[in-house]
Amino acid sequence: MTKAAFRDHLGRPIVAVTGMGVITSLGQGLKDNWAALSGGVSGIHGITRFPVDGLNTRIAGTVDFVELPAENPVERSYFYARETTDEALAQAGLSGDFGGPLFLAAPPIEPEWSARFALADRAPPSQRPGDAYDRFLAVLRDKPDPALHEAWLFGAISERLADRFGTRGLPVTLSTACASGATAIQLGVEAIRQGRTDRALTVGTDGSVTAEALIRFALLSALSTQNDPPQKASKPFTKDRDGFVIAEGAATLVLESLESAVARGARVLGIMKGCGEKADHFHRTRSSPDGAPAIATIRAALEDAGIAEDGIGYINAHGTSTPENDKMEYLSMSTVFGEGLSKIPVSSNKSMIGHTLTAAGAIEAVFSLQTMLTGTLPPTINYQNPDPTIVLDVVPNVKRDKQVSAVLSNSFGFGGQNASLVMTAEPA
Amino acid sequence: MTKAPNDVVITGIGIVTCQGVGTEPHIALLKAATAPELKIEAERFAPYPVHPMPEIDWSQQIAKRGDQRQMENWQRLGVFTAGLALDDAGLKDDAEACGTMDMIVAAGGGERDINVDSLIVDEGLKRNDREQLLNEKLTTELRPTLFLAQLSNLMAGNISIVHKVTGSSRTFMGEEAAGISAIETAFARIRAGQSTHTLVGGGFVAERPDVILLYEALGAHATGGWTPLWSRDENAGGGIISGSAGAFLVLESRAHAEGRGARIYATIDEIGGDRGRREDGRLESRLDALVDGLAAKAESAIIFSGASGMHVLADREKTWLDTRFAGVPVRAYGGVTGHALESQFPLGLALAGLALANEAKVPAFDPSSEGTMDGAADTAIVTTIGHARGEGIAILKAEK
Repeated sequence: MTKAAFRDHLGRPIVAVTGMGVITSLGQGLKDNWAALSGGVSGIHGITRFPVDGLNTRIAGTVDFVELPAENPVERSYFYARETTDEALAQAGLSGDFGGPLFLAAPPIEPEWSARFALADRAPPSQRPGDAYDRFLAVLRDKPDPALHEAWLFGAISERLADRFGTRGLPVTLSTACASGATAIQLGVEAIRQGRTDRALTVGTDGSVTAEALIRFALLSALSTQNDPPQKASKPFTKDRDGFVIAEGAATLVLESLESAVARGARVLGIMKGCGEKADHFHRTRSSPDGAPAIATIRAALEDAGIAEDGIGYINAHGTSTPENDKMEYLSMSTVFGEGLSKIPVSSNKSMIGHTLTAAGAIEAVFSLQTMLTGTLPPTINYQNPDPTIVLDVVPNVKRDKQVSAVLSNSFGFGGQNASLVMTAEPA
Repeated sequence: MTKAPNDVVITGIGIVTCQGVGTEPHIALLKAATAPELKIEAERFAPYPVHPMPEIDWSQQIAKRGDQRQMENWQRLGVFTAGLALDDAGLKDDAEACGTMDMIVAAGGGERDINVDSLIVDEGLKRNDREQLLNEKLTTELRPTLFLAQLSNLMAGNISIVHKVTGSSRTFMGEEAAGISAIETAFARIRAGQSTHTLVGGGFVAERPDVILLYEALGAHATGGWTPLWSRDENAGGGIISGSAGAFLVLESRAHAEGRGARIYATIDEIGGDRGRREDGRLESRLDALVDGLAAKAESAIIFSGASGMHVLADREKTWLDTRFAGVPVRAYGGVTGHALESQFPLGLALAGLALANEAKVPAFDPSSEGTMDGAADTAIVTTIGHARGEGIAILKAEK
């Protein structure tokens, strides 16, 4: 290949994906996940990790099949990320120190309730209402607990990943809420385009389903309360959708400049062709009624990729199954793609795996690439009662064989966060 | 220094510390003959001294009461300080510039409801079914909007809402390293032409028992009264005195800044960060690598050290600075402002930018350990060594 073949339409290094790893409630590893996802299997189930008596939402897409050294979101999020990174590096044929930067999308960490109760057990009695932290401080002043300190640091997960995989420099731990996974990938793409590195490790992980997390989202009326049967609760783009199903998982993508991937004879799984983002200033949890920021995000991703609207063959929707998101996402897609949208299949992985929050953008990027690699569009399951105002080909209920060469993946989140990725099949 | 269109220049500084609000009081302290008056709160969180927030009229940067009510102080401080930076850059009311402005915020988490947490653990002491108790109490006692005040990325979210900064919005987490990575990333994007103007920084509220608890889990927070940063009492806690502070910078490419006739405080010449084990001189080796090839003249350079004050670590940093940059005056700003965790590194850049642009002969903040400055500096070195991990160094050059 000539040098020009390694540059995109703007003269920047083309970014290839050479390794992928994934874990969700459907299983561990891309093979198992893809078999379940393309088979229309739901990973949503009743919560057993903690009691759910009295809660309006009692279902989730938790990952319950792993053994952890300790039960807390840091251990979970680290474990998922470590496993998917092992898988991705093996596929990429990389061993030893990774030697490039790490971009990690991880959930904001809060101290565990079990830790607070344990401190309270050791603490002097209450002197006045609201003095629990004074008592906790007395306990720790007397005897510091470095393990507790480490468990409360936002940088703890990336630190362990950086050590284990030998990444270079300061790892970035980021949150753009439900767009985090896509942002991690975007940061990796940017670093390679800057010429700072030939490769980047991009990871999205979320093992943060706890009682408090569930209750907080429930208090914002964001979650589905259709608990029975759990598998039917997540039903994006339907008339009776009533909220998302909280879930866990992780995905890792090894990004490399196409030039360096080809030079070392790596198999190129796909091209991370373009990224777009645009923040929304309308509201903390709701998007602008005109959809302008989401529209601008999708357009920015297409422009960055150098692909016209009619070049997109499939859309991996954010599709959370909340009344608000699905309506707004449809508005933005129909504005960008116009009449052409009717010819573009659009499905939501969340109908099966739920909303993996911080990890969603990365997991859905892996599934988007797998869609192109296999020529199979994963379905939107639970599509029994279509929302008549959302006219989409959602690949209803059953997978479809169709070869596509360019995919758009959307991620939108609280705090006005919007990010979209455009991926293409190899060759670019 | 050769100027280039893709130089990364500082054109706006928003700063809030216990020493005051905005650039004016901070320029004054940087140009003063002696270290500023101590601002310390030793009673409210006794035995822990903290540098408190100054008096702030939130409505000066957060006009709507409704917006103020949606936030707690952590988010308010960040949004307020970001507004100061935009104002200072002359971009506050420039809808076009804010609508295309990129943003990277270094964030921790927002305030917990201390009363609800206390209520739950106290009740838990009397019950065996603690998980059931959690469900009951969290469902009934948590304010729904508090979740949004706690979410890390909602400082950025509120900046978008209040100041209409919407080009992009990214939140970095991970204590001191988050602040280093935020500026490093903004710098790299502007250098490469991926961004023309970026708002970057953070805010930190020290006056929170949940924040002091984080440090105290490691026995890292100082107790008793304030002592000078380079000579913290080894028998009075772990050495860190935290401080409430906000620091945001508007960074632009030189071409973008000059194109709109913006005032340039300084150029960020180099910036880097790293991490890893610290024993056996590894920390010092990494710091050496971060300033590889840098020659700083004692008479024309200044070091703004972000040392946290933590025992051992502060001594190691001082020894390294005095060896690597012998004779260059050092100013540990944390002794004046307190340690601001995620915001510590941006705060150092803000002070360095103000010092260079105002040709300040900065007084020693800890005269027993810091030498005098004979003249204004043209180079500023900003360090931050994370209290648990991560370290970063930036080199700023005066605009000539």
